[in-house]
Amino acid sequence: MIDRFRSLATTRWRIAISLTALMVAIYFGFILLIAFDKPLMGRLVTRGLSLGVLLGALVILLSWVLTWVYVRWANTHYDAALDELRRSGGSR
Amino acid sequence: MIGLPMLVQAAQQAPAASQVTTRIGEPNAIAVLFFFAFISITLGITWWAARKTRTTEDFYAAGRSITPGQNGFALAGDYMSAASFLGIAGLVSTTGFDGLIYSTGWLVGWPVVLFLIAEPLRNLGKYTFADVLATRLRQTPVRIAAAVGTLATVIFYLIAQMVGAGGLIRLMFGLSYETAIMIVGAAMLAYVLFGGMIATTWVQIVKAGLLLGGAALLALMVLAKFGFNPLALFAAAADRYGEAVLAPGKLVAAPLDAISLGMALMFGTAGLPHILMRFYTVPDARAARTSVFYATGLIGFFYLMTFVLGFGAMVLVGPDAIKAVDKGGNMAAPLLAEVLGGTPFLGFIAAVAFATILAVVAGLTLSGAAALSHDLWVNVVRHGEADQKEQLRVARAATVALGVIAVLLGILFKGQNVAYMVSLAFAIAASGNFPALVLSIFWKRCTTEGIVSSMVLGTASTLLLIWLSPTIQVDILKHPSAWFPLKNPALVTIPLSFAIGVLVSLATRDDVASDKFAAAERRMHVGEA
Repeated sequence: MIDRFRSLATTRWRIAISLTALMVAIYFGFILLIAFDKPLMGRLVTRGLSLGVLLGALVILLSWVLTWVYVRWANTHYDAALDELRRSGGSR
Repeated sequence: MIGLPMLVQAAQQAPAASQVTTRIGEPNAIAVLFFFAFISITLGITWWAARKTRTTEDFYAAGRSITPGQNGFALAGDYMSAASFLGIAGLVSTTGFDGLIYSTGWLVGWPVVLFLIAEPLRNLGKYTFADVLATRLRQTPVRIAAAVGTLATVIFYLIAQMVGAGGLIRLMFGLSYETAIMIVGAAMLAYVLFGGMIATTWVQIVKAGLLLGGAALLALMVLAKFGFNPLALFAAAADRYGEAVLAPGKLVAAPLDAISLGMALMFGTAGLPHILMRFYTVPDARAARTSVFYATGLIGFFYLMTFVLGFGAMVLVGPDAIKAVDKGGNMAAPLLAEVLGGTPFLGFIAAVAFATILAVVAGLTLSGAAALSHDLWVNVVRHGEADQKEQLRVARAATVALGVIAVLLGILFKGQNVAYMVSLAFAIAASGNFPALVLSIFWKRCTTEGIVSSMVLGTASTLLLIWLSPTIQVDILKHPSAWFPLKNPALVTIPLSFAIGVLVSLATRDDVASDKFAAAERRMHVGEA
């Protein structure tokens, strides 16, 4: 029982930390591009849309997508596994 | 964050509209009408909430009865301050792309809150984030340290909101600065004192709805002029003011400053006491998790709209006209509303901005009162022996004390540059509260001494480095140079606070803390039941 709980806890932390690292990489990637390559961020993708504005909007959208990915995983897999642990006498 | 110094500059100048015809700064009957409607509705909610507020669980945690959707709106309401609405719109309208850096920065902390903090917090704690630390560590020292971190964050955040509110309201309604601050203080006290968390939550929900609705309406009216195509709007801005408005400019001249600010925003959100407290208002960890998903969506949608509002004001009002009303650009959104919908719409947007400040101030005060009464009085002074009646009495007394302090500080700091206070609030939250939370949740080997030193030295080093920063030394004290080069200390203080927590823990032993880890970890995942 304890082993199954431990492996579930480890999985949850692994996912949480990977997603955090991904978020940090996305945001600081954006900030570093702004800090060190301003001309690239000013380049126009199409009329009225610079790469900087596009990436800025994408950072916001990706943040939300990442929360969706986590919540979806947790609400289906993680909660189901927890319920099963509780049912199979895992409650101490 | 950057909006606030400008809100304060606004307070210092007379709203002399030289070349623009605007009714900003004149008493606006419609604004007053909308504002009174908001006050009556929220006081009605408070009256209803007061009858339901009987126990400390009602007062601090709304009886754990808030649904994920409601909490999503309430979190968004607590987080979207007038600085983000007026400040970012103003910044984009006067600098273009640079303003958008803030739109993204204010959002990216939310996924971190979700992945690392929300669920453990909900399962381990009761009313404050200190409850999480106190699960394994010794009550008295960690609660005192956490209360210091909480109060430091809350007070600096409160001052910034109050000073911003005074200036803003003066500019919009023509009221005197002191009157405006007293109105904010009195209304906020009524919500928190009588209605506790139930009233505060519903005030946030109403405010979030108004702010999102008002901003969306404004954005739609802008887009209607450009065939509902945001790119046509951006292109019009580039045609008129040069393609440079779509590219990074001089606001991020120093890369290290940008990174440091980014760290404060990203990790500070996960250490803001009034945000963390919201996770106790929902029934379980699953609801806490889902509510962050809703909040991130709402806040993200709001910041995406600031792109449209900012460039809309740039094209339809013009940077010069905006700066003529207020040098900092904070009146961009209200001016845009006036151009598009005349005085009635200006009145509506002005009332929304006022409601926004009021709600944020209420949430902050409640979280400060919880630290004073639940952490310090009940658990440190009375060792958990206080009954419900006494706890509620102390919580209400703490609320009144904080309300009075907020009004006094607001008046005392009139006309001050408050930029450093908001960055202070985020930097303290990121360096004082966040590392302690993460270490105590994740790391079996951490000790009471380690966590307390991390919190105390994290907070103290942040205060010290802000004092030595160019913002204080050069901008305010007019010294030729500053000891510390960065405007925001988070780049140094977050790693420092983690390092102190780890090193001190390794140098000390806390057998109780490591013995309790297995049980705490189980509770953190499985919950109480």
